[in-house]
Amino acid sequence: MRRVLRPLPAVLLLLALIGIWELYVDLKGQTFSLILASPHQVAKSLFTDRSLLWSSFLVTAREVLLGILVATVIGTAGAVGIHFSPTLRRATYPLMVASQAVPVPVFAPVLAFWLGFGILPKLVVVAIVSFFSIVVTLTAGLDAVDPDLIKLMRTFDASRLRTFRHVEFPSALPSLFAGAKIAVAVSVIGAVFAEWTGSNSGLGYVILVSGPQLLAARGVAATVILSLFAVALFAGLALLERFALPWAYRSAEVPA
Amino acid sequence: MIEAPVQEPRELNAEDAVRVELVSRTFATKHGQIQALAGMSLHARAHELVAVVGPSGCGKTTLLELICGLQKPDAGTVRAEPAALMPQRDLLLPWLSALDNACLALRARGVARDEARRTAAPWLERFGLQSFERTPPAELSGGMRQRVSFLRTLLAGKPVLALDEPFASLDAITRQEMQGWLGHVLESEPRTVILITHDVEEAVVLADRVVVMSPRPGRTVAEIEVALPRPRRRTDSMVVHLREQALSALGVES
Repeated sequence: MRRVLRPLPAVLLLLALIGIWELYVDLKGQTFSLILASPHQVAKSLFTDRSLLWSSFLVTAREVLLGILVATVIGTAGAVGIHFSPTLRRATYPLMVASQAVPVPVFAPVLAFWLGFGILPKLVVVAIVSFFSIVVTLTAGLDAVDPDLIKLMRTFDASRLRTFRHVEFPSALPSLFAGAKIAVAVSVIGAVFAEWTGSNSGLGYVILVSGPQLLAARGVAATVILSLFAVALFAGLALLERFALPWAYRSAEVPA
Repeated sequence: MIEAPVQEPRELNAEDAVRVELVSRTFATKHGQIQALAGMSLHARAHELVAVVGPSGCGKTTLLELICGLQKPDAGTVRAEPAALMPQRDLLLPWLSALDNACLALRARGVARDEARRTAAPWLERFGLQSFERTPPAELSGGMRQRVSFLRTLLAGKPVLALDEPFASLDAITRQEMQGWLGHVLESEPRTVILITHDVEEAVVLADRVVVMSPRPGRTVAEIEVALPRPRRRTDSMVVHLREQALSALGVES
């Protein structure tokens, strides 16, 4: 299939789904569209509410981007610590898994109580929900480093730290990107939930209030923007990875 | 020419750079115990090239790891001057250029990047790789990769080089070229070399002595002195004769 035609199946499927959705809401009638807006209402909202949606997007985007940044730093530090200390691994892994099962609305009010209503509690929520995938994938990446490479470094008299710096960490960088890509989607959800507790701005807040205000279309419009944002972040990370770690793509090919 | 099973501890020889005596090594696996080596002995004098041949899975890699100090024997003694490993797969780091890969052993010792590069660059030139300094391993040919890998091990600055089937992955023509190349390099850079190979001809062409191992658990079944002038041609009647001798020690009839 030619390169330009490659997205075609996805586009066609999306158009078909939108068509079915439109048809379904139109057949259900006016009242139902207060619960689920039809695509043309959403499109209209995207245009008429554009300034509100844009300013809300900026708020949420900031929370998500900074939150992912914090999660990456903490997640990387955590994975490195776990890699170096089996005790730390045994101590923290079960707790980390358990922490992922705590729903955001349970701890978000506590964070709001401690940290107020500014951006800080949102960052913390985004970081909490997204750092786990980074820790897990990066730890797996560090564990998966070729043991023969470690042996080689030992015959070169490399210290544990130099082996880490020259061999283990670079080897595991693709795993860090894999973790960050997973984190992107959950971080957007995390930001929405964080805004549901103690906030008066952001796309999550728009979604929260649009239901009671009988503005279903605006809520869906905000959701569409969130989804597009997640896709853009994912694509951006993929691009960055390609640029920063060209060898991770190249090594798949074996030279003749 | 010596050809005898070596089972009794040999006398200590001050010149020996590597001495493995009656070494046994057993691994515990999920499927029970595997004895890799049983009473393996081997020695190499300084600047001697000793080739070790044996059937697959006879514990050759275990032997190298013992010599490199990566493992400890369950029984017997291993005494060796510091040894650097050249692994079977080249194990070049895909994110580094050829030059920086060659620098790895220096960097492992804490040499600064620029200094390491200044040390390695002339070597790359000597090895005919000067125009590939910045090339990543994925874009190098198999023979070039092995040269970079060998250089990396050489620059570790250890008196003993432990080469684990360095040319096994190469095609026949490149392998012959690389064998000639290795002999050439070692003439100007003499080191004690333990060369693991499954290629008997390679062993006879390159080595001062060929140690033949038994199937697992590995031990020495024959030692063949190769007192022939270099460079050796594989068609030379003495080379052919010694190759046959090594093959029959391996239990292969020809």
